[in-house]
Amino acid sequence: MGETYSYYPGCTSHSTAIEYIEASKAVIEALGIELKELPDWCCCGAASAHNLSSSLALGLSAFNVAEAQKVGADLVIPCAGCYGNLAQADYEMRNNEAERQRLEKEFDFTYDKKIKMLSLVDLLAHEELRPAIRDLVKKPLKGLKVVCYYGCAIVRPGAVTKVDDTENPLRIDSLMTDLGAEVIDWSCKVDCCGGDLGLTDAEKTTELVNKIVDYAVAAEADCLVTSCALCQANVDIRQQRLPILYFSELMAEAFQVGDRQRWWKKHFNNPANLF
Amino acid sequence: MEKKLGVFVCWCGSNIAGSVDVDKAVEEAKKLDGVVHAENYMYMCSDPGQQLVKDTISEKGLDGVVVACCSPRMHENTFRKAAGAVGLNSYLLEIANIREQCSWVHQNNKPLATAKAVSIIEGTLDKVKENLPLETITIDLTKRVCVVGGGIAGIMSALDLANAGYDVAIIEREPAIGGHMSQISQTFPYFHNVPELLKKKIDEVNAHPQIKVYVNSEVDVLDGYVGNFNVTIRTRPAFVNPAKCTACGKCLEVCPVKVDDEFNRGLSQRGAIFRYNQTEAAKIPVLEQGSCLHFADSESEDDNKCQACVDACPENAIDLGSIRTLNEEFVGAIVMATGYDLYSPVNMPEYGAGKIPDVIDALAFERLLDPQGPTQGRVVRPSDGAIPKKVVFIQCVGSRDPERHKAYCSRACCMYTAKQARLYRQQVEEGTAYISYMDIRSDSRDFEEFVQKGMEEENLVYIRGRTAKVIEEDGYLRVFTSDTLTSRQMVIEADLVVLAMAMEPKAGIRELAKKMNVTIDGDAFLSETHIKLYPVESSTKGVYLAGCGQSPKDITDTVSQALATAGKIQTMFSNETLIADPLIAEVKNDVCSGCGICIEICPYGARLMNEFTRISDVNQAVCQGCGACIAACPNKACELINSTSRQFLRTIGDFAGRSEAV
Repeated sequence: MGETYSYYPGCTSHSTAIEYIEASKAVIEALGIELKELPDWCCCGAASAHNLSSSLALGLSAFNVAEAQKVGADLVIPCAGCYGNLAQADYEMRNNEAERQRLEKEFDFTYDKKIKMLSLVDLLAHEELRPAIRDLVKKPLKGLKVVCYYGCAIVRPGAVTKVDDTENPLRIDSLMTDLGAEVIDWSCKVDCCGGDLGLTDAEKTTELVNKIVDYAVAAEADCLVTSCALCQANVDIRQQRLPILYFSELMAEAFQVGDRQRWWKKHFNNPANLF
Repeated sequence: MEKKLGVFVCWCGSNIAGSVDVDKAVEEAKKLDGVVHAENYMYMCSDPGQQLVKDTISEKGLDGVVVACCSPRMHENTFRKAAGAVGLNSYLLEIANIREQCSWVHQNNKPLATAKAVSIIEGTLDKVKENLPLETITIDLTKRVCVVGGGIAGIMSALDLANAGYDVAIIEREPAIGGHMSQISQTFPYFHNVPELLKKKIDEVNAHPQIKVYVNSEVDVLDGYVGNFNVTIRTRPAFVNPAKCTACGKCLEVCPVKVDDEFNRGLSQRGAIFRYNQTEAAKIPVLEQGSCLHFADSESEDDNKCQACVDACPENAIDLGSIRTLNEEFVGAIVMATGYDLYSPVNMPEYGAGKIPDVIDALAFERLLDPQGPTQGRVVRPSDGAIPKKVVFIQCVGSRDPERHKAYCSRACCMYTAKQARLYRQQVEEGTAYISYMDIRSDSRDFEEFVQKGMEEENLVYIRGRTAKVIEEDGYLRVFTSDTLTSRQMVIEADLVVLAMAMEPKAGIRELAKKMNVTIDGDAFLSETHIKLYPVESSTKGVYLAGCGQSPKDITDTVSQALATAGKIQTMFSNETLIADPLIAEVKNDVCSGCGICIEICPYGARLMNEFTRISDVNQAVCQGCGACIAACPNKACELINSTSRQFLRTIGDFAGRSEAV
């Protein structure tokens, strides 16, 4: 492929989502795509900043957008939460003249609209990449029944994320089909996992997680596939019925790349015996 | 010979006189070339004011007049009539607008406002100097009407026009007239029995000697212009000869094809030869070429192809060799009553995308309520025929959702949902009807009372919130919704879910609108000329709009609009000919090179290439005098009569204070 993107790791890439990042990087390397990490990236503000002040939240994210502009290539953001924040800031600067001027002044740059914010799903489940992905599959995930779980941050609001369908997104589904897995249609694709309530209200989060897992089990899925580190953590920690995998881990498994055995151990529900 | 010009400056009370020195304006006007009379008056548009103008024209023999007053939109007509009354050609009178464009906008600078007023008067005088006396244009008028669409809008419009004595042709795409109304069981807010109501009107149409109905038909080509349209109508082959058919139904029994019946919204099946609906008007079967095996089988010899219906018909009424026919209607006016479709549930993945059999749209529910419908009027679940104990009605499905679907409100859904829920409760006494709503819009006579009665006396459970999703599970439908009044999420286990889908313009409307030269809005609804003052006039003169093709509405509003079109057309037909303003484009034949740019540019289709002279003619009946062709003409071969380039340049020169430059 030989394409180059700028890259915003975010904090989970060094902590709870190491396996996600390693798997994604292995897959991206296999596809011949190059990532250039932003030299001076900072926190996206997570949930804390926008609870405190919208100008702070937009400011932190806009700073990172400005950094990507310096690199001069579309920005890949693996963490769904970071993606949501950065995409929102980019959307504001694209569509809100006053906000753009404020942020440009703040960070002494000129927003040029050229850089696109991409989630890992935007990058890896892109229609144009499908033939290359099918070519790279060494061990098709035959017989593996998966349900795809998109969560919220890479889906909503639709105007910001430009997702294919906010109620029934299909891109991870198509990707899993390309890997040879059996994708089961189910009804909790975009339901809430509890998000940050995972830290503050365990009871509520468990209730929400149980509902999602109930439906996945009822659909007879072998595992649940997600693209968000927070979704993965929330759903994996609170139940013992179902392995929760990142979509890029399954890509790596199908491509037979990366240190997969190491990643499986990082899951509360070890998926090793699925393969 | 130079014209004798008069100038009349109006004070408009203090509206003009407050910021323009009207005495000074008169004094200055008197100095201008050709002016033989100038004076001012407090209200020139009043009767004595008009009399002053008239008397002066007669006394001084004026042959050009400028009235300096308000916008020509206000009183141009008033003063032109006055001038006409004393024998001055009314096109030799012009208005100089010194109110909206002068006194009102320069209230703090009287000397400047006065100077500007004089300059406007001078510019207008220069225009009048070159104005030609004109006569209005007369256009022939064919007092016949074509109604496109035979739903309730088309029916009501056609009946009024026919009863007024005019011939009407109704063009209906489906095999019978009646439209969506014939799918509906009862109306709100009085539970009128629709089949009974509609039958009366359909019978009136079919029995009316002045109405001709073309079913299975569409507009093929539209030619002509207001007063003189030529509509070519394309009719699909009927295959069944109505003169021979006795409606015995034998053909229906033998047809091997089984497809979903559209009229019953897929709740029943039909053959390729079928009765469109159970009304008397549709008793003769129709054959649908698309699903018929005879036409699908292109390989075998004719003898081997399916012709079960032909063989079964005892009257030899079916001829599979029938072909489509073309007819022409010459009419003076057209009513576009093209109606709506329901936005398809396929667009709603969160509600099952049309795949869950017990999630149906509102028209399907109407079919369940119809005593002549697929369930003889019993509300049952399509999946297993059981009586549903819990029904959830979801409103605003696809409506009021600018991000994903339609931004607009479909207007009728709040009321028909209340009606459907009440009818359900009346039929299934132990049943519960939930209504998931955003707002309740019950803004017409007896509408609010109707909804209130449902809530208070018939125990309809209204839950405010948008439904998140509907899934099928263990024989139930689980409806995930929220009650935003108590801030609670809830899941309802329902037996049946009814979606009040958004209304959208009929399929194919874009192509039809193009044929009819009628503009549409972003959602493809036909656009009216002015939402307040010209609500049933389309962008093309002589083409009128009624019903849901213009915007979503209920039957009451649809009928009102339909009758309005009939009224408008009768007003037009009350004259023997049409009169048009002569202020239109004209072509200098010796300059026009026949390049045809004006033909491309004309928004009204008024410019046509003369095949013999190879010069672009102006159709006087169609031209609106917009000036687009004049701006576009590379040779300056077109001019707008009495607003020629020369006149404009002189006027601009006056404004610029250097009239000598022209």
